[in-house]
Amino acid sequence: MDAQEIYASLDKLFPGKVSDLKAEVFEPYLNVDKDAIVEICRFLRSAPGFKFEVLSDLTALDWPKEEKIQVVYHLFSYAHNHQIVLKVDLARDNPKVATVENVWKVANWFEREVYDLFGVIFEGHSDLRRIMLPEDWVGFPLRKDYVEQEEYDGISTQRAPLVEKLLR
Amino acid sequence: MSETAPARGFYTEEDMTISVGPQHPSTHGVLRFVVKTDGEVISEAIPDVGYLHRSIEKIGEKVTYHGYVPYTDRADYLAAMFANQAFCMAAEKLAGTDVTRRGEFCRVIACELNRIASHLISVGTFGQDIGAMTPFVHALRERETINNLMEEICGARLTYNYIRIGGVGYDILPETCAKIGEFLNHFEPIVDEFNRLLSGNKIFIERLAGVAVVSKEDAFSYNLVGPNLRGSGVKWDIRRDIPYSVYPELEFDVPVGMAQVGALGDSYDRYWVRIREMQESCKILRQCLQMMPKGPAISKVPKKFRPPAGEYYARVEAPRGDMGFYVVSDGSEYPYRVRIRTGSYTAMSIIDKISKGIMLADLIALIGSLDVDAPEIDR
Repeated sequence: MDAQEIYASLDKLFPGKVSDLKAEVFEPYLNVDKDAIVEICRFLRSAPGFKFEVLSDLTALDWPKEEKIQVVYHLFSYAHNHQIVLKVDLARDNPKVATVENVWKVANWFEREVYDLFGVIFEGHSDLRRIMLPEDWVGFPLRKDYVEQEEYDGISTQRAPLVEKLLR
Repeated sequence: MSETAPARGFYTEEDMTISVGPQHPSTHGVLRFVVKTDGEVISEAIPDVGYLHRSIEKIGEKVTYHGYVPYTDRADYLAAMFANQAFCMAAEKLAGTDVTRRGEFCRVIACELNRIASHLISVGTFGQDIGAMTPFVHALRERETINNLMEEICGARLTYNYIRIGGVGYDILPETCAKIGEFLNHFEPIVDEFNRLLSGNKIFIERLAGVAVVSKEDAFSYNLVGPNLRGSGVKWDIRRDIPYSVYPELEFDVPVGMAQVGALGDSYDRYWVRIREMQESCKILRQCLQMMPKGPAISKVPKKFRPPAGEYYARVEAPRGDMGFYVVSDGSEYPYRVRIRTGSYTAMSIIDKISKGIMLADLIALIGSLDVDAPEIDR
């Protein structure tokens, strides 16, 4: 099934919840209303003809100019060998979206990573902790305006260039 | 149960909490499990990752497209070639760059050699983890030859920086092609030797058969990829099903788990898929050596590489499965965002579920059979 058809059926079943289909790009994507993401994912996963059994990837993009953080879902179906990309726009100052952990189990870890590096809160997540960075790390490194703290736990995060060190 | 409280330290019914790693030999790098056990039976094994986080994704936003290729090597040091290729494929697609035909063949040859090397490490250390010391040495001996070949091809033994945007860095010389042919003649019988030594070993089979079974549904839900997915009986290979490079022209089988000693999707199936994939890689290599055309190895690519705004998610079939590079461009010289999706990360997330109720010693078999690679998890 191609992106046009997927978009058309979603638009019929969830009126007003999907928008902005970009079909002419390499990988067509569509925007999903953040309140409907779980419903739509559950539908796409199990409805015959769609059968998106796997969540290939879940990540986020930071757009400071538009004041938004986008969560990007890459869905894939082994049964039909087709894929679709869903995007959810969140307010940058308070990014919150419901978890899709109950649809695909792998979302648990993907969402933890997005929380860790972007600070997106996934509501209803069973274990939302940092995964890559220490629990007491300050800030979300993959945001565009991230400034690294000067030291962590008494250890400097900066290092003088090697040449300077040798000349000293 | 007795009425009186047992003596302190004896026969309590509390769970034990054991920290496995971060320097445990079976963890292949630096990762840790907090294991709760009831006697020897695991009730919970919580993975703790992040020790090797090097923020490769953030670095991607700070360097140019050409400059990022060496960084991708570091995502998975056992199979650096595939990360090179996935990133270059994404960049090429965004900019509409063509890859020369000889370049594509060089890529496939380098990748398949790398796949054999990576699987050798995987099956070798797997044997070692569960007590078979000798096969590891045999596997590393063969891998050494591949490393030498790689050194001849691109000058590096682990972090290659060989595949560049538009093709490959250096052409593969005819002498090297001859050496690869010799290596294949030597290596194909070695696989049989390896099978006699390890795969058919009674103790090895009994340690693995029926242990840590992953059902097809779980494999989908946890997004297992590559040999782990095929071990559960799903015939799916990106090289065959979402073809890229010159793979559509090559003939090869996609091995899947067959449950010949235990249940479908057990540790042995995952191991056996890797052994047979090495044989398939040999087949692919032989065809490539024959079909390789003459011509330039790399196409003309501008030094200032600025793809137009857009995004692409490139997938390749790495030894640890579907490796995805999601590259977003905003039209500038630097990628706006690079996201690396790796097979080990998702394989790691299933351990919590599968390890419930298995023996502590089987946890080692589970980790080994999933072939998780710590730097690839943490990136």
